[in-house]
Amino acid sequence: MSAPERGGETTYLEAIRQGLWEEMQADDSVFMLGEDIGLYGGAFKVTDGFLDRFGEHRIIDTPISEGAIIGAAVGAALMGMRPVAEMQFIDFMSCGFDMLTNVAAKNRYRWGAAVPIVVRGPAGGGVRGGPFHSGQAESYYAHTAGLKVVCPATAYDAKGLIKAAIRDDDPVIYQEHKYLYRRIKEDLPDEDFVVPLGSARIARPGRDLSIVTYAAMVHVALEAAEELAADGAEVEVVDLRSLVPFDEETVLTSVARTGKAIVLHEAPRTGGFGAEIAATIAEKAFEYLEAPIVRVTAPDTPVPYSPPLEDHYLPGKSDVLEITRRLLGY
Amino acid sequence: MPDSSAVASGTPEIVVPDDLVIERTEHLDLYWYMLLNRRLEERLVNLYRQGRVVGGVYRSLGQEAESVGTAYALRDGDYMSPLIRNLGSILVKGVEPVDILKQYMAKGTGPSGGKDLNVHFGDLEHDFIGPVSMLGDMISVIAGVALAARIRSEDLVCMTYIGDGGFSTGAAHEGWNLICAQQLPVILVAEDNCYAYSTPTPIQMGNRDMVDRAPGYGCAGEQVDGNDVLQSYAAARRAVDRARGGGGPTLIEVKTYRRKGHAEHDDQRYVPEGEIEQWEALDPIDRYHRYVLSAGIVTAEQVEMIEAKVGAQLDEAVAEAEAAPMPDPKSVLEGVWSTPRWPHPHPNFHDFSQEIGH
Ligand SMILES: Cc1ncc(C[n+]2csc(CCOP(=O)(O)OP(=O)(O)O)c2C)c(N)n1
Ligand SMILES: [Mg+2]
Repeated sequence: MSAPERGGETTYLEAIRQGLWEEMQADDSVFMLGEDIGLYGGAFKVTDGFLDRFGEHRIIDTPISEGAIIGAAVGAALMGMRPVAEMQFIDFMSCGFDMLTNVAAKNRYRWGAAVPIVVRGPAGGGVRGGPFHSGQAESYYAHTAGLKVVCPATAYDAKGLIKAAIRDDDPVIYQEHKYLYRRIKEDLPDEDFVVPLGSARIARPGRDLSIVTYAAMVHVALEAAEELAADGAEVEVVDLRSLVPFDEETVLTSVARTGKAIVLHEAPRTGGFGAEIAATIAEKAFEYLEAPIVRVTAPDTPVPYSPPLEDHYLPGKSDVLEITRRLLGY
Repeated sequence: MPDSSAVASGTPEIVVPDDLVIERTEHLDLYWYMLLNRRLEERLVNLYRQGRVVGGVYRSLGQEAESVGTAYALRDGDYMSPLIRNLGSILVKGVEPVDILKQYMAKGTGPSGGKDLNVHFGDLEHDFIGPVSMLGDMISVIAGVALAARIRSEDLVCMTYIGDGGFSTGAAHEGWNLICAQQLPVILVAEDNCYAYSTPTPIQMGNRDMVDRAPGYGCAGEQVDGNDVLQSYAAARRAVDRARGGGGPTLIEVKTYRRKGHAEHDDQRYVPEGEIEQWEALDPIDRYHRYVLSAGIVTAEQVEMIEAKVGAQLDEAVAEAEAAPMPDPKSVLEGVWSTPRWPHPHPNFHDFSQEIGH
């Protein structure tokens, strides 16, 4: 596969590939390590063609050792490099949990040492991957001070956020949604751009109710909002893009305007990032609220495999419609 | 052909180990299970192509001998935890093809009720500890099985498997070191099938042969031709006897080859030309077939009868699995904890009238 071309209609996956390629091209300190990323181009082909272009010192096929991958990324980062570590599935990041939450996260706080690494990989359900290949890991890592967490929902953000993550001076977890890889595309600009970490975006404006969400659920919220528009309801969709840092201002401003909030995410409910969003709204926008803040999430179960089970598990448009209608009439 | 393979210098024929003690019926068993393993996978591939298996099929084509041969050395009550490609070991342990089919087809009456896929389920009645995807994890779990048995003075042996790739995990090392430190009756079958997904074994590790790690761990070690079912069986038999006799753990390295891609979607573009064909000539079932015929263990007619019987059993199993219902969507909420948790049909549909203050 050849060098990615900038601009034009671009899939979510190709956008990530472009962003990685451009940062590798622009900065010699950027390199990648992971399982099957070189010869094979990655399990999902995100790094297809990179080995040929950048060589085996900058595109490293590692043993199956997530702890060593993340640990080595930290070491190289301490030497002034900007490593990008790929997890074949985000679920396997748990095998490097200690390296991330203890070694990577706490360096700056303990002794002022920068650890500018990116750990990226495919997350999320809807692809019948079962309990070990469908997870959303953001809550574990958002809970660890010192890590940043981003979850792009569009091709534009996928590209802009990977570039910002690589340039950022802290460890960033970049959670890709594998359901979106080849299912969404959009025209991207010809020129260089980044999407700064910590900035949410209004994916659709509205004044009756805010749906605060991220990753694949942004598209579910947009579909629901479209359908509700036919009934005359104006639903605003806030796409967080980054969970840490969290763009409190955009969220609170939106809720202050609409007076009602749904927090929507694909991960299970208890201890999910939605609880953090809801708590922030309750603390800081209480005066503006006209209805309870309601979470729409997956239930507290592992991600099941069988299609009828997974379809019931994943929050869908019908869940959002039902809750929104009830809240609009509250 | 990668020179890491013992098979490379070997003969395409079965080599009967000197110490092999085996009955004719046992030969027939080995043949039966290898064939069942292969034919069942072929059925799964067909169902996958028809969209009736979703998620993926992970073939063991060319590796049936090592799975079947090693597991066959266990007896009832000995525990086993497989990897995804050890379908043969699971069949030897007595799990029925129909249950494997239902599991792959995501059926509600399958072993996990559709919650997990492929061979990701356990069956304690058949001494089969279900694996997780995270490679290396099951070695520690098997250590725990052996520790429990030791405390309760139960006479049992355990076996688990690890790939050339999975052996690179920290979890694998922790588990195997614990087993060796405690000298537990566990056999670790380390499968060098030349690839971990796309990564060839020489990129996976600095040493050529996983068996060389045995002295470092402080366990017995043995390397065998994994495409030879009798050698695989004999090595496992020795290891099982050693473990049962109090001689501690054994690491058996089986040299073999994964002839299909990592899963059905994998185009194997990283495989050098001609490599697969070279290993095809060492096909474990063909080799054993030639052996059982030439040694007069079975006649050609008897082999045909076995093939027909496997086919008939699978016809029935596929029909039963196809007729089985998909799970009830609501069952997704069941079985997470020992205690009930969800009072609502789904947490997203809570009743506002139940809220405090209303
Ligand atoms: C800890 C962990 N990291 C990554 C994966 C993804 N993965 C699944 S199978 C596989 C390759 C396994 O190779 P090997 O252990 O040699 O077994 P084989 O597939 O050859 O039987 C990888 C990388 C995983 N399952 N677990
Ligand atoms: Mg392998």
